[in-house]
Amino acid sequence: MKTWFLRHLQVMLGSLGQLARTPLASGLTLVVIGVTLALPASLYVAIDNLQRLGAGLERGGQISLYLKPGLNDAAAQRLAGEIRSLPQVVHVRYISRAAALAEFKQHSGFGATLEALDNNPLPAVLVVRPEPSADATEVEALRDRLARLRGVDLAQLDLAWVQRLHAFLNLAERTVWLLAGLLAAAVLLITGNTIRLAILNRQTEIEIIQLVGGTPAFIRRPFLYSGLFQGLLGGLTAWVLVELGLLFLAGPVRQLADLYGSHFALIGLGPEAGLALVAAGGALGWLGSRLAVGWHLARLVPR
Amino acid sequence: MIELSHVSKRYPGGPGDYVALRALSFAVEAGEMVFVTGHSGAGKSTLLKLLTRIEHPTSGELVVNNKNLGRLPRWRVPYFRRELGVVFQDNKLLHDRTVYDNVALPLVVAGMSPGEIAKRVHAALDLVGLLDKEKLHPIVLSGGEQQRIGIARAVVHRPALLLADEPTGNLDAELSTHIFDLFASFNRHGTTVLIATHDRAQIERLRMRTLTLKAGELIGDSAT
Repeated sequence: MKTWFLRHLQVMLGSLGQLARTPLASGLTLVVIGVTLALPASLYVAIDNLQRLGAGLERGGQISLYLKPGLNDAAAQRLAGEIRSLPQVVHVRYISRAAALAEFKQHSGFGATLEALDNNPLPAVLVVRPEPSADATEVEALRDRLARLRGVDLAQLDLAWVQRLHAFLNLAERTVWLLAGLLAAAVLLITGNTIRLAILNRQTEIEIIQLVGGTPAFIRRPFLYSGLFQGLLGGLTAWVLVELGLLFLAGPVRQLADLYGSHFALIGLGPEAGLALVAAGGALGWLGSRLAVGWHLARLVPR
Repeated sequence: MIELSHVSKRYPGGPGDYVALRALSFAVEAGEMVFVTGHSGAGKSTLLKLLTRIEHPTSGELVVNNKNLGRLPRWRVPYFRRELGVVFQDNKLLHDRTVYDNVALPLVVAGMSPGEIAKRVHAALDLVGLLDKEKLHPIVLSGGEQQRIGIARAVVHRPALLLADEPTGNLDAELSTHIFDLFASFNRHGTTVLIATHDRAQIERLRMRTLTLKAGELIGDSAT
């Protein structure tokens, strides 16, 4: 058993040494595998971030009740109290016409224009935050119920675009898996081809090993380690590429988020998904070389 | 040790099949040293390929070391080959490895421990007189020395049967004598030896059993 481990260790180190002895060819293969794996990984990260953004928006989903112009503050406060007592509602904020005008002046940049108006054109608003666990159908039902209340002019729920975003993200997620499947096949072909060339280079050695009693497992072993290492290092390259891409985009995304008053920041693969990417690279590299070695060894007979 | 019963080998191609061996039947007992001789194309190399399970006979039965090669499953072939020692005319050495690594190869594939490998490789190199060259690469050695590395590799795992295909084909008379003497000494120590050669001088000098092939047929057996 000790000898068996020692042999594996020797072959493993030999395979790493082989990669190191051909830095240009190995480097190019690793970059190609890295870029191939980085493409679906980047899309996965993009969709993950958009989903996070969408989930945040949905959680913050609120119903704006625009009150009828004739409703005074006291009546509006009573209405707010009535709505607060509903079990589906967690919070109600009353924004009076004056407060709405002040807020609009501050954020819209139309302060001077509004000063010129004789009357305040803005209605009073009740901002209703539904129970966070409520789904879209329940929130829509609540909106319809609130819209029928006396004093409410218009009830507005801005969930439609969030739902569209989710539908788009679901589609994009499927596309990523499809793309990942195709690119995984590409990684298999890349490793398979590299191993095929290595087998052709070592054809004489393989024939001699077959003649002195080397089993197919013994012959396969160095190629499998080569494929495994190429895949693992390719996966690691992909991880680095994704993180570099995020680093490149982090600044502009933060600026954009600031403009919307959000604290949203891009999140990378993280250790779990990153290690999964490296492991997937290793598995694909191993499988690619296993297929290539199996195919070529079956056709290689000593002369 | 070796038993052939009506063994034929045909290679397809051309207007008719090329017949390399025709209904060959003979037996070699354990401990014998046998020469297989004949002109080029007589079928000597084909016979060696059948004995090492590189090729399959088209018909007939072939038993080597108590194993019927026609019924030997593919996965057992490497283990069967570990019971043989084979010397090739072209040596089949790995020129990017040292003499030591070349000789150690059959032991490495058999999964032997490094300590045992070192002991056996040194013993085999000592037998062929190349102990002082273990760290060199075969490419810097002469043809005779390269052939002796091949012989050391063939005997390092102490096989019961040693097969050689034209082992002195490229060597001068003096080196050939040395190589054949090595085979004779292995035989004296109990190894069954079968050598395919057309070196008449060595065959006559050693006076061992000789099988003569012509166009794939056994036309002579000095034992009968």
